[in-house]
Amino acid sequence: MHTDPILEVRALRAGYGATEILCGIDLLVKRGEIVAVLGSNGAGKSTLNLAISGVVRVRAGAVVFSGETISQSSASSIVGRGLVHVPEGRRIFPNLSVHDNLDLGSYRRGRAHREENRERVYGIFPRLCERRTQRAGTLSGGEQQMLAIGRGLMAEPQLIILDEPSLGLSPLLVEELFALIARLNRAGLAILLVEQNVMQSLHLAHRAYIMENGRIVMSGSAEEIRSNPDLKRAYLGM
Amino acid sequence: MQTAIIIPAILNGVLMGAVYALVALGLTLIYGVLHIINFAHGALLTAALFAVYFCFRTLGIDPYVAVLGLAPLFFLLGYALQRFVIGPAAHGEDSNILLVTLGIAVVIENALLYVFRADTRTIDVPYGFSVIEFGGTFLSVPRVVGFFAAFAVAGLLWAILALTDTGKAIRAVAKEKRGAELSGIDVAHIYAMTFGLGTACLAVAACLLMPSYYVNPHVGNAFVLVAFTIVVLGGMGSVPGALIGGLFAGVVESLCGFYLGESLGQIGIFLMFILVLLFRPTGLLGARA
Repeated sequence: MHTDPILEVRALRAGYGATEILCGIDLLVKRGEIVAVLGSNGAGKSTLNLAISGVVRVRAGAVVFSGETISQSSASSIVGRGLVHVPEGRRIFPNLSVHDNLDLGSYRRGRAHREENRERVYGIFPRLCERRTQRAGTLSGGEQQMLAIGRGLMAEPQLIILDEPSLGLSPLLVEELFALIARLNRAGLAILLVEQNVMQSLHLAHRAYIMENGRIVMSGSAEEIRSNPDLKRAYLGM
Repeated sequence: MQTAIIIPAILNGVLMGAVYALVALGLTLIYGVLHIINFAHGALLTAALFAVYFCFRTLGIDPYVAVLGLAPLFFLLGYALQRFVIGPAAHGEDSNILLVTLGIAVVIENALLYVFRADTRTIDVPYGFSVIEFGGTFLSVPRVVGFFAAFAVAGLLWAILALTDTGKAIRAVAKEKRGAELSGIDVAHIYAMTFGLGTACLAVAACLLMPSYYVNPHVGNAFVLVAFTIVVLGGMGSVPGALIGGLFAGVVESLCGFYLGESLGQIGIFLMFILVLLFRPTGLLGARA
């Protein structure tokens, strides 16, 4: 059912200064898919996300989104194309109200439907609606994560990258978060999910990639990876 | 007997302080968003004062009319400086930005020195020495105009920052650059917009100052030292802090001038600066570091 690729990463290399973090990454997300990228701390998952979204410069290889090469595009123009990255650590605007945080999500894209998209986000996260006038810095960790995702949805993404969304959330909130991700995906949104929460991610995703030291060491359907005991021991520390 | 002299001194200090506040507003805005001290601020103020002088002497345009053209012009100048000179030259290193702004200051000051010579110049507007009476005190009309205009500009700036998308993006970039980038905000553009707004504040300040003040190629430095003190006093990056700090500095200067003699007025400001650094380094309205 998922055939048409929305994101294609080919032999991607990137890093900081003299350090190369990504040593040739190949990755594919098809329309309507949830793809999980798993791996331990320091495997290069966040750098991969930042390279895809144009924050970290791509040194070699290509990133193709909806058929167009975006490896040399600016971060803001990549958001303009509908590839939205909800970063690790939320990165919400602490000095602005919840309402203004959401509105800035549609700074570049989705401005024409700002009102209705905001209402939609408030529908998904009623808690945010209750706190709409509150400064975002005063929200709890879980609420900040909701806000970060809500801000991402304001840009009407075709593909959303969720980087460690469950980090620092209580088990109950993680449950809720994963249910939400499934719901967004059922509504047609392609999702690249980067997680340390391995088992839950493998239950949610259609396919998964395992990263280790800047390389993809394994990929396949989530089911295959879930049922491979060696792999779990070697790369996922389980 | 004493109060009859002190009250005018305080009122005059408040009036002057409002224009100080306007200069400080530009400095604190740029600091708050770009996290750099703009060493070119004084030279840009000097350039703006010369622009007002030129408009009046050569084109015959009154400073209060010239502001309508000079504020947008200096906005564009500031935008271009940040976008095409400071930003690209900095390569993401804050220490480079300091040096680049210092270099720009040297270039501007020497260019002005070359064109206008070191002479001190004034303009003669018909209302230059007009006064109005306020509660038994005679106040200089240009200073009263400056006071209200400075507050109008501060209010306009507040409205831009609080109500427009660009203003919200400026505040967002100030606190969370990465999050702003990933929300599709072009950070280089926002930096340049901020620098432009800060520079436009200088153009307005210059138009308000020139009817009752003078210009020479180094005059901006005196203002920027005071403005920097105000920024530290009010809290680095705090817009209301700059306003309150500006008024306060104006009053301190005026009272010190009254007790110690006119030429020593600024001593009070710098004493205050040292006291703030010693006892409240985050400033009156500054967040804790």
